[in-house]
Amino acid sequence: MANPMRIRAAVKDGFTEVRVLMSHVMETGQRKDSSGALVPAHFITELTAKHNDKVVLSAQFGPSVSTNPYLSFKFEGGAKGDKIVVSWVDNKGDSRSDEAQIA
Amino acid sequence: MRKTLGMAALAAMLAGGAQAQSTADEIAKYREMIADGNPAELFEMEGESLWKTPRGPKKATLEQCDLGQGPGVVDGAFARMPRYFADTGRVQDLESRLLTCMETLQGIPASAVVDGDWNKGERKTMDALAAYVVTHSRGQKIQLDLANPQTRRMYELGKRAFHYRSGPMDFSCATCHGEDGKRIRLQDLPNLTHKEGAIAAWGSWPAYRVSNSQFWTMQHRLNDCFRQQRTAEPVFASEVTVALSVYMAATAQGGVLQTPGLKR
Repeated sequence: MANPMRIRAAVKDGFTEVRVLMSHVMETGQRKDSSGALVPAHFITELTAKHNDKVVLSAQFGPSVSTNPYLSFKFEGGAKGDKIVVSWVDNKGDSRSDEAQIA
Repeated sequence: MRKTLGMAALAAMLAGGAQAQSTADEIAKYREMIADGNPAELFEMEGESLWKTPRGPKKATLEQCDLGQGPGVVDGAFARMPRYFADTGRVQDLESRLLTCMETLQGIPASAVVDGDWNKGERKTMDALAAYVVTHSRGQKIQLDLANPQTRRMYELGKRAFHYRSGPMDFSCATCHGEDGKRIRLQDLPNLTHKEGAIAAWGSWPAYRVSNSQFWTMQHRLNDCFRQQRTAEPVFASEVTVALSVYMAATAQGGVLQTPGLKR
């Protein structure tokens, strides 16, 4: 299973800023290893962020996103202690979901 | 006409200067942009769980590991390293001390790391553990015990090693790191013989490297400096690597740690 994400969320002036650091190899499928064989593609394809149970961001990721991706976004609303859940699925069917509270 | 040419030359000179300046500025801007989400934090999280996970033949955690501030005390430990440890009778840097803890507490032989490959197996474990420990000295002042005669001896050894020229290109560490304003490609090289440069270097390693998505400890950084000099690469946690670390840390004495750092 994949390593946990680090999620931080803070509310300021009616907007919540969410910062997510994901642990993922994000292999493009274009690279070759030392023996010349192609390294199979392995990257996050979909990401969803929820505020309590409401989806506030959904994104499609591709092979051009860096290793250990960092994502930052804002949405209107949110209050201290609310739950933020971020989850992703990759092209190999692996997934990860982590949550944090708004500070 | 002559005046016009003179003006043009002057303008060209100014433009050249401005360009060099803006390159450094752009890199600084880039650093600022990525500093917010330093992936070193992922290694730190992994390191914290590894610290608390029973491992090795003895199925023990590292929670009793003495990094110099007492068994299990991680806070501020890195700011005082390398330091002399009475139990091993050696001056040790963070990595060599972690080796001692892994061997004595967990029964994991030091050779698993020393003879290993970078970014693999127990050496990779070492990266994560180092990330965890150094994060707990972030913002603290570098305070080496330079009154200790053993540390003093290592400082002198490190200073000599720093200026010792070897290899096919007759390089020493000082060839690149002994003057201000040197760089490799666009990467500014700190002058490690002065306090300011030493703080910039010692205070920002170990670090996550964005260009290769790897977390590098000071041991890895030093090893690569030797490799770039095309000279013999040192044994992991060997005396010369600890001595060079003592030299750097002592030169940076009093500076504030920004560990773990973020590099291109």
